[in-house]
Amino acid sequence: MHQMHGAGETGAVQPAIELRGIDKRFGAVHANKEIDLKVDKGTIHGIVGENGAGKSTLMSILYGFYQADAGTIHVDGKLCDIKGSEDAIAVGIGMVHQHFMLVETFSVLENVILGVEGGAVLREGVDKAREELKRLEREYSLNIDPDAKVGDLSVGLQQRVEILKALYRGAEILILDEPTGVLTPQEADHLFRILDTLKEQGKTVVLITHKLREIMAATDNVSVMRQGAMVAHRKTAETSPEELSELMVGRKVLLRLEKDEANPAATVLNVENLCVDNAQGVRKVKNATFNVRAGEIVGIAGVSGNGQSELLEALGGIRSASEGKVELNGQDVTPGKGVDAAELRRRGVAHVPEDRHRMAMVTAFSAKEAAILGYEDDPAYQKGVLLDWNAISAATANMMSEFDVRPDNPDLKAANFSGGNQQKLVLAREIMRDPELLLVGQPTRGVDIGAIEFIHKRIVAMRDAGKAVLLVSVELDEIMSLADRIVVMCDGAIVGEVAASEANERVLGLMMAGVDPNEAKAAEGQA
Amino acid sequence: MSKTVELPRWIDVGALPLLNLLLALVVSGLVVLAIGENPVEVVEILLYGAFGYEEAWGYTLYYTTNFIFTGLAFAVAFHCGLFNIGAEGQAYVGGLGVTLAALYLDFLPFPIMLVVAMLAAMIFGAAWAYIPAYLQARRGSHVVITTIMFNFIASSLMVYLLVNVLRPEGSMTPESEQIAEHLRLPFIHDIAGALGIEMASSPLNLSFVYAIVISVMVWLFIWHTRWGYAIRTVGANAVAATYAGLEPGRFIIIAMMISGALSSFMALNEVMGVQHRLLIDFTAGYGFVGIAVALMGRNHPFGIFLAALLFGMLYQGGAELSFEIPTISNDMVVVIQGLVILFTGAMEHMFRPRVTKIYTAWRLRQDAGEAA
Repeated sequence: MHQMHGAGETGAVQPAIELRGIDKRFGAVHANKEIDLKVDKGTIHGIVGENGAGKSTLMSILYGFYQADAGTIHVDGKLCDIKGSEDAIAVGIGMVHQHFMLVETFSVLENVILGVEGGAVLREGVDKAREELKRLEREYSLNIDPDAKVGDLSVGLQQRVEILKALYRGAEILILDEPTGVLTPQEADHLFRILDTLKEQGKTVVLITHKLREIMAATDNVSVMRQGAMVAHRKTAETSPEELSELMVGRKVLLRLEKDEANPAATVLNVENLCVDNAQGVRKVKNATFNVRAGEIVGIAGVSGNGQSELLEALGGIRSASEGKVELNGQDVTPGKGVDAAELRRRGVAHVPEDRHRMAMVTAFSAKEAAILGYEDDPAYQKGVLLDWNAISAATANMMSEFDVRPDNPDLKAANFSGGNQQKLVLAREIMRDPELLLVGQPTRGVDIGAIEFIHKRIVAMRDAGKAVLLVSVELDEIMSLADRIVVMCDGAIVGEVAASEANERVLGLMMAGVDPNEAKAAEGQA
Repeated sequence: MSKTVELPRWIDVGALPLLNLLLALVVSGLVVLAIGENPVEVVEILLYGAFGYEEAWGYTLYYTTNFIFTGLAFAVAFHCGLFNIGAEGQAYVGGLGVTLAALYLDFLPFPIMLVVAMLAAMIFGAAWAYIPAYLQARRGSHVVITTIMFNFIASSLMVYLLVNVLRPEGSMTPESEQIAEHLRLPFIHDIAGALGIEMASSPLNLSFVYAIVISVMVWLFIWHTRWGYAIRTVGANAVAATYAGLEPGRFIIIAMMISGALSSFMALNEVMGVQHRLLIDFTAGYGFVGIAVALMGRNHPFGIFLAALLFGMLYQGGAELSFEIPTISNDMVVVIQGLVILFTGAMEHMFRPRVTKIYTAWRLRQDAGEAA
C-alpha cells in the first residue's frame, strides 16, 4: 500500500517494472532478444507486436512461467528473482489471462479467494474477503455482485472478476493479455474506464494487444516488438497507428483495405426464416432471412455467442435447420436430411470455419493430410483404391506457395505451424477450389498483422472474381473494412442490415446490443 | 513449463518401449528372487524355451499369429478413437462362423473353402462388433461398456451352442465335430516338408503368413486409403470430421466392424489351423492381450508385429519355464506377463517425460554447438 501516494509526482521515481537485457531461446528460436523495457509507475503501458513477436514470452518471463536465459527484472527498483507466479504475486504483479481461469460454478467471492482462503475454516476468510471486496469494488467501480455465480456473468463481467482477483492478491502492477478479444466495443470501453481508475489510484497497467485502436485510446506509453526484439518505445500522444503498424511489421501496412465498389450480380445464397437449434434444443438462430449475391461480401456482425456461429455451421452443413430454408443458386440446400457438409462442398460451398483447431483441421495431422480435409474424395487425389500421396504433396506445395504458407513443408505437423500459417493453409484449401460461395468465420482470429492483410486481400479477390462471400466476424474493424453489406445479429435474430458505407462503430455497437437500426441511427444523430 | 523438442521416431517406437520392457524384466527378476529362484537362470530358460530350438520357434510364432490379429483389431478401432475391448467375443463368434462354414460346406474344395471361411469369420466377427458400434454411433453407449458385455454374451451364447447344438451326439465334451481333413490349414512344417526341408513339428500354420499379409493391408488401409484417412480424422477430431462431411457415426461403425473382422481371423489360426474344431473358450484371453500388444506397438502394424512376437515369446517361453522350474508355477508366469503388460501398456508414459527432457537438453546442446 505504500506505493499508493507519491507516484508520478516527482520526476525521478523508480519505474514500476524495469527489464534489462532479457534474453530467451527455445531451441533454435530466439524468442526474446536482449529486451529492455521500462514501465513507469501509475501509467498504462501498451505492448504491441505481431503474433510470435515475443510479447507473450516476455510477459511469461515477467510472471514467472519461464526463466530468462539472461537479463534481470527489477520491480520498484529492486532486483527480483521471479521463479514462479507466487514470486510474481509476492512482488505485486497480477495477470489477467486471455482465457479466464475461473470456476464457473463458484460465486465471485469464492473465485476471488481461491488459493488465498486464509485458513482451513472457510468462514473467517470469506467474511474478511467480503469486506475487502466491497472496498475494492467501491474504489474501482467494478459493479459486481460478490454472490453472483460466475457462470451466469457476461464475459465482460467475468473479466472484471479476474481483475478483482489480481487486486485482492495485492497487485500493484496488472498485466492484461489481449483483454478485449471477447468484448463488445461498449464492454471494451468500460474496461478502459476501469483501467483509467486503476491508474488514478496509482496502479500500473501493462496492456498487451494487437489492436492499435485500443493502444491509441487507452495507453500512455507504447512499446513495439518485432521478431523477438524491442524495436521502439513511444509516447502514445506522439505516435500514430500508421507508425506503430509500420514498426510492428517493418514495412507499410494498409490499415483500411483498399477495394473497389462491389458489383453484385445474381443471388447465390438465399436464406429464409432459418431456425437452428443446438444439441440441447435451445434455439440459437431465430428466423434469419438474408441473401448474398455473387460479387459481394456480406458481413455478419454480432457479439460472440449471439447465434452467428450456429448460423455459419448450419450453412456449412454441420448443423441441421429446424425450420426455414436455404437456397443455393435457386436450388434447395436446406441443411439436414441429405444435405451435409460433403454435399454442400460438391455444390460449390467452401467453408473456412471460425475455430481453426477444433474444426478446420486435425492438428495431429501433417500439413498435406490437413490440406485434403473435406476433399479427400477428389479424383485427383486417388490412385486406384489408394490415396495418391505424391499428388497430394504436390497439391499441398502448390497451396503453400500460392498462399505464402511458411515453412512450405507439406510433411510438417499442422500443429507446428503458427496460427497465421495454419489459417492460410485452410484458406488455400477452400479458396483454391474456386467455390461459388465462400463461408468465412473469424478469418483473422489469432493471426498476425502481415497475414491479416494477405487474408483480407484474398477474400476481396474472391469477391472481385464474382463469387459470393459470407463473412462472420466479431472484429468490427474487419467487418467494416471487408463487407459491402453488414447484417447484425443479436440473441439469434437478425436486428437489421446496413450498407457498409453507412455503418460506423457506434451504430453497429447499438445494433449488436439489439437496438433497431433506425433507432440506432437516430441515437447516433442525436449524439 | 519449458518447451520441449519432439522425440524422433526411433526413440518413440524403439527406445522407449525397450526401456519399459527392461524395467518390467527387472521387476519380474525381483519377484523371481523373492520366491528364491535365480532370475538369470529364469531368463535363460525363457529365451531358450522361446527361441532355443526349431519347435520352440514354431510355437512362439503360432502364438504371435493370434496376437497380430487381435492387436491389429484393437489398433484399427483405436485410430477411430474407440477402445474396443471386445476382440475376445468377436473372435469367439468369428470362430463360430468358420466352424459352421467348414462343417456344412465341407463339399467345397480347399481354396474356395479358404475364402469362404475367411468371409464367414469376417461376417460373424463384424456382425458381433456391429451392435456395440451401432449403439455407440447412434445412441452414445460407450463401446468400452458394451463390448465387454458382449464378451460375456458371446461366451454364454457359445456355451449354449456348443453344449446343445454343435456337440456331436454321444460326445461328452462341449466341442464341435472335427472339420474335414482337406479343409484344414496346412502346417508350416508340412509345407516345408513338401518342399524337401526338414522342420520340427509345431502348430505354426499358414495363417501366420496370412497375418503378415493382413498387417500390410491394415497399414495400407489406415494410411493410404480414403476410409483410413476418414477413420483417423474421426478419431483425432470428430468435429473436424463433421465439418469435412465425414459423418463420425458412419466411420465408427465401419472401424468397429473392421476391428471385429480382424479379431475373428484369430479363429482361422485356432479352428482351421490347429484345433480343427470349435473348442469352448478357444480365445483364451488373446483378445485382451491384443490391447497391450497394440498399445505397445503404438497401433502401427510393424510395432504390433514386434509386440506380438514379444508376447508370443512370453507365452511359449513361459510354458517352458513352468515346466522346467516347478516352483515357478503357471500363475507365476502370468505374473511376469502381467508385469510386462503393466509396464509396456498401462505405464508406457512413465519414462516419457524424463526421456524427453534428456533428449531436449541434448538437442539444445547440439544446436548450440552448431551455432557456435
